[in-house]
Amino acid sequence: MLPASFDLTRLRASERWRVSERLFWMLPLLAYVVFPDSLVLLTHLFITALFCLSLDLILGYAGIVSLGHAAFFGVGAYAAGLLASHGWGEPLSGLLVAGVCAAVLGFVTSLLVLRGTDLTRLMVTLGVAMMLYEVANKMTSITGGVDGLSGMVVDPLFGRFQFDLYGNTAFWYALAVLFALFWIARKLVHSPFGLSLQGIRLNAGRMPALGAPVNARLAAIYTVGAAYAGIAGALMAQTTQFVALDALTFNRSAELLLMLVLGGSGSLYGALLGTLVFMVAHHALADVTPEYWEFWLGALLLAIVLFARGGVMGGLRYLAQCVQRLSRVGGGAP
Amino acid sequence: MSYALETQALVKKFGGFIATNQVSLQVEAGARHALIGPNGAGKTTLINLLTGFLEPTSGAVLLGGIPVTRLAQHQRVRRGLARTFQINRLFSELSVLESVLLAVNERQGLSAHFWKPLAAHSAAVDEAVELLRTLNLLDVAYEKTRSLAYGKQRLIEIALALAAKPQVLLLDEPAAGVPTAESRALFESIAALPRSVTIVLIEHDMDLVFRFADQISVLVNGALLTQGTPAQIANDRKVKEVYLGETVHG
Amino acid sequence: MTVLFDGIASGMLLFLISVGLSVTLGLMNFVNLAHGAFAMAGGYVCVVLLNTLGLPFLACLPLAALATAAMGVLLERTLYRHLYGATHLDQVLFSISLVFMAMAATHYGFGSQQQPLELPEFLRGQFHLPGLDMGVYRLFLIMVGLLIALGLHLLVSRTRFGAQLRAAVDHPRMARGMGIHVDRLFTLTFALGSALAGLGGAMGVEMLGLDPGFPVKYVVYFLIVVAVGGSGSIGGSLLASLVLGVVDVAGKYYVPQIGAFLIYAVMVVMLVLRPQGLFGRHAAR
Repeated sequence: MLPASFDLTRLRASERWRVSERLFWMLPLLAYVVFPDSLVLLTHLFITALFCLSLDLILGYAGIVSLGHAAFFGVGAYAAGLLASHGWGEPLSGLLVAGVCAAVLGFVTSLLVLRGTDLTRLMVTLGVAMMLYEVANKMTSITGGVDGLSGMVVDPLFGRFQFDLYGNTAFWYALAVLFALFWIARKLVHSPFGLSLQGIRLNAGRMPALGAPVNARLAAIYTVGAAYAGIAGALMAQTTQFVALDALTFNRSAELLLMLVLGGSGSLYGALLGTLVFMVAHHALADVTPEYWEFWLGALLLAIVLFARGGVMGGLRYLAQCVQRLSRVGGGAP
Repeated sequence: MSYALETQALVKKFGGFIATNQVSLQVEAGARHALIGPNGAGKTTLINLLTGFLEPTSGAVLLGGIPVTRLAQHQRVRRGLARTFQINRLFSELSVLESVLLAVNERQGLSAHFWKPLAAHSAAVDEAVELLRTLNLLDVAYEKTRSLAYGKQRLIEIALALAAKPQVLLLDEPAAGVPTAESRALFESIAALPRSVTIVLIEHDMDLVFRFADQISVLVNGALLTQGTPAQIANDRKVKEVYLGETVHG
Repeated sequence: MTVLFDGIASGMLLFLISVGLSVTLGLMNFVNLAHGAFAMAGGYVCVVLLNTLGLPFLACLPLAALATAAMGVLLERTLYRHLYGATHLDQVLFSISLVFMAMAATHYGFGSQQQPLELPEFLRGQFHLPGLDMGVYRLFLIMVGLLIALGLHLLVSRTRFGAQLRAAVDHPRMARGMGIHVDRLFTLTFALGSALAGLGGAMGVEMLGLDPGFPVKYVVYFLIVVAVGGSGSIGGSLLASLVLGVVDVAGKYYVPQIGAFLIYAVMVVMLVLRPQGLFGRHAAR
């Protein structure tokens, strides 16, 4: 038993839900009320946020740099799409199947990804995604090729809630799935497993000397990340009743990476915030010609890499520190 | 009775260069065994071979009489062999408590647990706190390791190895880079370790070596020159030749 | 046989563009995904010189290379050098940002259509041998490629610059300690790599086309060459490029349904079997 002298409150507190977190999750509810005509856009936001979250798990926590994460999104999307276009329209089981398919692909590729240097890893993730793109592109009879997969019939959720053009069901469906998976990821990240992932990211060389089977851990989180991405893809397919081929492109993977870096990796909320900022900016600037958008995107990324590597979360942390210092100077308790 | 740690004709070649040359080392259980030798003698290479960081060209490594030459690093750790690094390899962004807890979790096999939060695994937390207490690190438990003085960081380096509750502990120049004032405290912590832990130590500070060790092996150009008690080594002609002209590092 | 010939030509072009990337990666351990943008720049300079200024084609090529080298030096001195010690992720992000900006700027300045390029008379047409149709331009490409490969080999193995380069690739710290100006070496090497990329881009307009999407379309190919050939190895880049070129052309000719799938599959298999590449040394990081 522990003598009363050591205070574990700080350790315990790190896992509890903060006020700022509870407030944050009010935002989607608020958005429903404030932007009733933008439900489709908001649904898209939730799905992309989930996709970005899946990347944060493997990049921000385990340190695996992947340029092919879109592969898992695509696999999930096509899996759910093919199910729905061939008679199996139940949405939740569709999500499950998509998640499993993506997880299997993730597990198999993890065996390839974990070998070699950073560059090799990068190339393997990219190579796998491009292979899948080519397959989807060529097998037009199954995937619809460049025209995309259509003809999906998605059953009402729980047999009652129809997926309609107004997007009500889709909105709540996507939000619920996002929150549920976020909640699980949050538990994971604060668990001993999550701590060991951070250890791997911070000093991979030290971990075997502590008795940790590094490759097994990385394979596990890579599989989980893949499953999350697959579920995001399935959500996209089910809510839009369409799967586009460009879900598998390098551009998607690169944009996703940008969103994560924008928000700040390694905190889960960074993934959500980054997606929010990116998509809001994209939506606001969409009227301007595409080439300008791409240029400023590049410039923004450059600025982040050079000056604000921590992204939005880094900025918030800095602000929090400033506030703390100010309050101390002003005589408040630290 | 088998030795706590043993090598049999261990050889390591890098291309044409022989880094470790037919080293047969025997370390008794409970010993305080020092490994000394001039720079470049291959001491760290030997440690890397013992832990499995490097694969030998030929020869065998035995832990408690059982061959471990084919085992990976983390497997050897699970069998009771831990090490520290000459240059700190810490987790800069983690707090001291988190770092040590990480190591304890590994030993207790908790790192596969992904649901309950860290603080809920009280046995591990208690053990981590206890370890910090033994090494006088409790006051900085919540500080990030990168913000601490080098001497304290060195202690964390040792804490990480101790968390594995090893039977054999390999210390690679534990006092390296630590100011003299703090290295005494460091060595006191090491000396306070129970005899159930066998310690193999690489050190350059002869003062500390002669005070601490009960057996000394001398490594020169990758081969074992001689082995004996501190008194024997101090009087050995060959050893004196090797160290002739070298000043004692403090 | 023609397929083999075309594949070799394609591989040579790939080699020209990729060898610079291989050397900079091996030397500076810098993952530069923007390398394709330099090739694109060379292409556009060549097209402008040819179409707008009316210079002869053979003169445009070295000028394009020089212009790209100048761009390379400018960017290296101002931006790249800040990221030499950065993580590979940061380097990837940085180079992606450059690619986005380059593509957008090109789109703005030149429009999104393919750039037309008319080869001079003496480079058009074909030689007809029994069983083998050799395009004149492709032959030209192979010859230039071989010359450059030979030149690089001589540069690296016979000159002092080459010796310093090899030393710096093998042991950067020791090289610095021996008084080698590693910074200047980096800049020169980057300039050389960019020049070659620009030359490759200019020569590739005829075969690969030229539009603002060039860097992204082909970046994977360049990276495959470097990853499979082993970074820092000129011979490895050559071999990997040739293999890739032949496999790509043969694949598209004999099994068109498979498309580029074959390339990626071959790459993944090769990297799994030999993670350090064909001729790569120790794992860099």
